[in-house]
Amino acid sequence: MALLIKNGRVIDPASKTDALLDVLVEGGKIIELGAKIAAGGGTEILDAAGLLVVPGLIDMHTHLREPGHEYKETIRTGARAAAAGGFTSIVCMANTNPVNDSASVTNFILQQAKTQACVNVYPVGALTRELQGEALSEYGDMKAAGIIALSDDGKTVKSAEVMRRCLEYAKTFSLPVICHCEDSDLAGRGVMHEGMVSTRLGMRGIAPAAEELIVAREITLADWVGHPVHIAHASTAGSVRIIREAKARGVAVTAETAPHYFTLTDEEVSSFDTATKVNPPLRRLQDVVEIKKALQDGTIDAIASDHAPHSTLEKDVEFDNAAFGMIGLETSLPLALALVDEGVLTLSQAIEKYTVNPAGILKIEKGRIAAGWDADITIIDPDCEYVLEKARLYSKSSNSPFLGRHLKGRAAFTIIAGSIVYPFAD
Amino acid sequence: MDTSDIDRTLNRIAFELWEHNRGAETFAFIGIRRRGVTIANRLARKLQEFTGVRIPVGALDITLYRDDLSEIASHPVLKKTEIPFPIKGTKIYLCDDVMYTGRTIRAALDGIHDLGRPEAIRLVVLIDRGHRELPIQPDYTGRNITTAKQERVEVQLEEDDGIDQAFITGGA
Amino acid sequence: MELRCKNLLSIGDLAPEEITLILDTAGSMKEVSERDIKKVPTLRGKTVINLFFEPSTRTRTSFEIAGKRLSADVINITAGSSSVVKGETLRDTGENLQAMHPDLIVVRHSCAGAPKILADALPAAIINAGDGAHEHPTQALLDAFTMRERTGRLAGLKVAIIGDITHSRVARSNIFLLNMMGAQVRVSGPQTMVPRFIESLGVAFVPSLIDAVRDVDVIMMLRIQRERQNQSLFPSVREYSRFFGLSSDVLRHARPDVLVMHPGPVNRGIEMSAEVMDGPASIILDQVTNGVAVRMALMYLLIGK
Repeated sequence: MALLIKNGRVIDPASKTDALLDVLVEGGKIIELGAKIAAGGGTEILDAAGLLVVPGLIDMHTHLREPGHEYKETIRTGARAAAAGGFTSIVCMANTNPVNDSASVTNFILQQAKTQACVNVYPVGALTRELQGEALSEYGDMKAAGIIALSDDGKTVKSAEVMRRCLEYAKTFSLPVICHCEDSDLAGRGVMHEGMVSTRLGMRGIAPAAEELIVAREITLADWVGHPVHIAHASTAGSVRIIREAKARGVAVTAETAPHYFTLTDEEVSSFDTATKVNPPLRRLQDVVEIKKALQDGTIDAIASDHAPHSTLEKDVEFDNAAFGMIGLETSLPLALALVDEGVLTLSQAIEKYTVNPAGILKIEKGRIAAGWDADITIIDPDCEYVLEKARLYSKSSNSPFLGRHLKGRAAFTIIAGSIVYPFAD
Repeated sequence: MDTSDIDRTLNRIAFELWEHNRGAETFAFIGIRRRGVTIANRLARKLQEFTGVRIPVGALDITLYRDDLSEIASHPVLKKTEIPFPIKGTKIYLCDDVMYTGRTIRAALDGIHDLGRPEAIRLVVLIDRGHRELPIQPDYTGRNITTAKQERVEVQLEEDDGIDQAFITGGA
Repeated sequence: MELRCKNLLSIGDLAPEEITLILDTAGSMKEVSERDIKKVPTLRGKTVINLFFEPSTRTRTSFEIAGKRLSADVINITAGSSSVVKGETLRDTGENLQAMHPDLIVVRHSCAGAPKILADALPAAIINAGDGAHEHPTQALLDAFTMRERTGRLAGLKVAIIGDITHSRVARSNIFLLNMMGAQVRVSGPQTMVPRFIESLGVAFVPSLIDAVRDVDVIMMLRIQRERQNQSLFPSVREYSRFFGLSSDVLRHARPDVLVMHPGPVNRGIEMSAEVMDGPASIILDQVTNGVAVRMALMYLLIGK
């Protein structure tokens, strides 16, 4: 059945389109875009007046917790949270239990996704077995099974020598490498950013150098090996500076940041609310400012939520003992739209960070609204204002520091392969 | 009561005290903070004028002994208890400005006994306004007055308030 | 006059007038401890629970004596050091205790923010007896009482805090209180144990020990913990005591009327030499005595009604 999306403001950053256009969809593909498309018989009509029609958003960094920690999130619930957040494709990291370091686990995840997930799920395979940072996992086998990239996210490969071999072996299979940058010795038992706030609160701090040292390391190795790296969740002014300089030199590096790094500062931790405990930690105001500038000038290519669900077991404890991480699929979009309101990004630039850019890094054919492309479309209501409520979250977990806060903008419709997935029928 | 009333009354009490104690055991005054202390000091001064004998005076803060702390709105300011003489074996004249239900005196009796075992305690009050809730009576009274429960009896003394007077306020 | 807060979790919970109220009240309470019968009935029938997740004899004893002198029923619970290890969350422990209707819970825990978890969850009043490296407000109050008792003031007082500042909740609470009351604080210690951003708390960092003790009214030495040696924070006890310990030689550079304080327990010969510890400048034992009076005052003001 055909679907005609009428009267919406279509924004396709790849083709620099930003106009009131109709979009006709059929058979899971986009058929045409035009000023006034007539609806054929039996065509479902979706009136998108006042709404934004953009390529289906991609979140290239999430944790779906299945297999192993299904009490926090499952592929099914994570996908629903994604769809409610306006995402049509999500990338899930390998730090499950068992770790996704083999084709069998990859197959399991993809099988679950096929039957349970209402959005496209792209699994990431581990760089090293069990994320131990010692032995390579089977990149070839996993690629054949369907991984889209490699990462030991959650951890950094400690040995530079091993990381070099990982990059070389990844180059062999042309797999993108996503880097979680953290020198674990320097980070130590730190629980928040090392700065004035941690000094005042008497809590162990994580120096920005812990991130920056590894950002510099991975970029240096990438340059030497000749294989691109993608820096995950960049959070500091220093990281941004290193990435910018490397790009200027022509090194193949890309970067993402998460919405909390351009919205919140370490001051939030003063309340000891464990929802603010995240790794990398919330940084200073100066870092937030630099992250925004980096988004503006393209140093940071993508926005990815690092959706990290945790249950009350992990979070309803002392700050020191709480697990790191916050959910983000359902808050990512409004926080990015706030940057547009602030004048940091244009609407097209913001959408770019969720569409054509991540698609390019992952080498998937998504992220465009154009004839012949997959009909993954997100329709955004940019003006809707609301308070984030726990009861309305689709994620199984609710560890978000944004609960109770005012947000503006959300997905009105999430369309995948031409079908309206969100709002949910049930 | 005005300045001269108060002064005359205290003189009379001082003479009575001296009559009953002439020549005999050592005694001392303990005043219940705040104005009880002023009264005790005045009585001691008058006795020193009449007789040349120095009678020691102590100050007792009964806040920590009150039985109504949970009912009052805010914490009363705590002042120190200062008793510069041994309690044991001493005959004590306990002084207060106004006696009403008797609960303040009960608290004072507990407070004194936590400090030691006196030989005896006698109670001196400037004004007794009645309405006892406990079976305690003064040994020396300046003046007995009848009051209604909702009325308040205010005593002001020069050392504390700049003027000597006592009056009734409130009431129907 | 009243304390506005229901709990005392950090010095920031108090306004300067409230600090003065606590210190004045402590003065009256001190007199109770000097009598033969060291008891008043003020908190009779009230229940105080000392919930200590970290071992501590002196602070716990101090709170216990304070409660008992006010006739409260005091119960001591020494819980396992981590709720994770025990399997029961802190909040669950607190709620189980609440079922016994305590009026006051005094908590010491190794994690910053732990007392706040209890304060948010329970109707009982909570006193923070030390949460990780964050705060130890009653220590700062008794230190201030001692300083004020000896010098007659807090405003304008010059205080040097010396030692492992980074890990010290005593340092933090003292810094906050002294700054609030108009004193001037400087800190000193090895760079590995003084936070990079310490001056943002409104204190001066004086790297040299001799300079730090010069011309101050009070020197407050902090305890060094041996395990910091294994964390590469200082190379040896010998080096620490030589360069950062308070010896009579160092004390000669201070004013003759300087007061020497320490929260205890003192590592004799390491952060303080035996002579200084037993010498005339040391008022460490006063701190202990005053600790009971200050804690009595606090209990009275928080639950004495």
